Amino acid sequence: MTAAAQREALFEYLLRLGDNCLILGHRLSEWCGKGPVLEEDIALSNIALDLVGQSTLWLDLAATVEGAGRDADALAFKRDVLDWRNFLLVEQPNGDFAQTIVRQFLFDCFHVELLQALTKSANQEIANIAAKAIKEAVYHRRHSGQWVIRLGDGTEESRTRAQAALEQLWGYTRELFDGDAIDEMMMQAGIAIDPGDFHENWRDAVTAVLGEATLTVPEATWSIGGGKKGVHSEHLGFLLAEMQFLPRAYPDAKW
Amino acid sequence: MAEPTIAPENPVKRLWHALEAVCDPEIPVLSVVDLGVVRDVEVSGDAAVVTITPTYSGCPAMAYIEMMVRDAVLGAGFNKAEVKTVLAPAWTTDWLSEAGREKLKAIGIAPPAEQSTSKKSLLGIDPVVACPRCGSEHTEILSQFGSTACKALYRCTDCAEPFDYFKCL
Repeated sequence: MTAAAQREALFEYLLRLGDNCLILGHRLSEWCGKGPVLEEDIALSNIALDLVGQSTLWLDLAATVEGAGRDADALAFKRDVLDWRNFLLVEQPNGDFAQTIVRQFLFDCFHVELLQALTKSANQEIANIAAKAIKEAVYHRRHSGQWVIRLGDGTEESRTRAQAALEQLWGYTRELFDGDAIDEMMMQAGIAIDPGDFHENWRDAVTAVLGEATLTVPEATWSIGGGKKGVHSEHLGFLLAEMQFLPRAYPDAKW
Repeated sequence: MAEPTIAPENPVKRLWHALEAVCDPEIPVLSVVDLGVVRDVEVSGDAAVVTITPTYSGCPAMAYIEMMVRDAVLGAGFNKAEVKTVLAPAWTTDWLSEAGREKLKAIGIAPPAEQSTSKKSLLGIDPVVACPRCGSEHTEILSQFGSTACKALYRCTDCAEPFDYFKCL
């Protein structure tokens, strides 16, 4: 494999890492000012901040690897839908609070496993970012997990909504573990592991919390993916339209 | 010949002294040195390099801290100031200085209750956090997240005071 092909694959892989954090972080930030209670408004905004911060680290590194003169801001604000590499799961709309929490929990459990693996990456910069981010991800998982239990084992209303959210989002989780050619290249270079390798761990962690929450693990009757290759749901375009509006309309704007 | 702008004796000491005056914009009783955000300083002639590390990945204060550190270096008489940011090793609350812990308590913020490598902390079990006001260990967590990225919200069940807890990381 040529060095150029390897660099291209690494760039793609870093975009996936950065885009997942940025899109989910942006989704969470949509709750800012309208959380169900003040503490939760603050919590979701704090998690958003961590994720956006992590995305900056990943996209900075992606930009360096690409070496085409773009920086993290250019990657965040000047790419169109087809160039985004995040999972479909994280671009799903916030819905009600249960949907936001279940989406977060399913991602957090994945995120912790992924970052754990990346702390051992042969790429030192990736290992460093992962070692920093995992501390935050563990804290996020704890928060979303506690809420899943509270909602599931709560009132009839909260339980119904949490179960509905699970049914609605479960089909998007398959994509998190489906490896492709890029994953294969990362694996061979010792940069990452096959995401399928931690599917079992993820399932165990999720099942344990759902059990405590008296919620039912959904049947995998359908699944849809494509986000990490740039095939997105219509939701992403609307999200980008809002997120990218200012730097696109006023390219010279400075804080 | 112009006077040298830097006194030859102890330029490193002078730089640390200047950095101790740079306060965290969100918890202004703490300096960036107390916080363990300053990892290293290097002085060579009239140039100084300060290495800093972010507390949380998304800490919104980092750009401001970087600017203040640069100003402090120049203010201490150096003509060239460079601020480097490193991620590894990842920042931990274990680096909070003893002086910093005391300053936190004095303004009603409970300092991290244990080492970040303790089993409880790794498993995500809530540590016993003493109330910074009355010292009681009968406290409960109100919210995992507080007014800044580095804090959680607690309440003392004895004196009933709600307070911030500088969470373990």
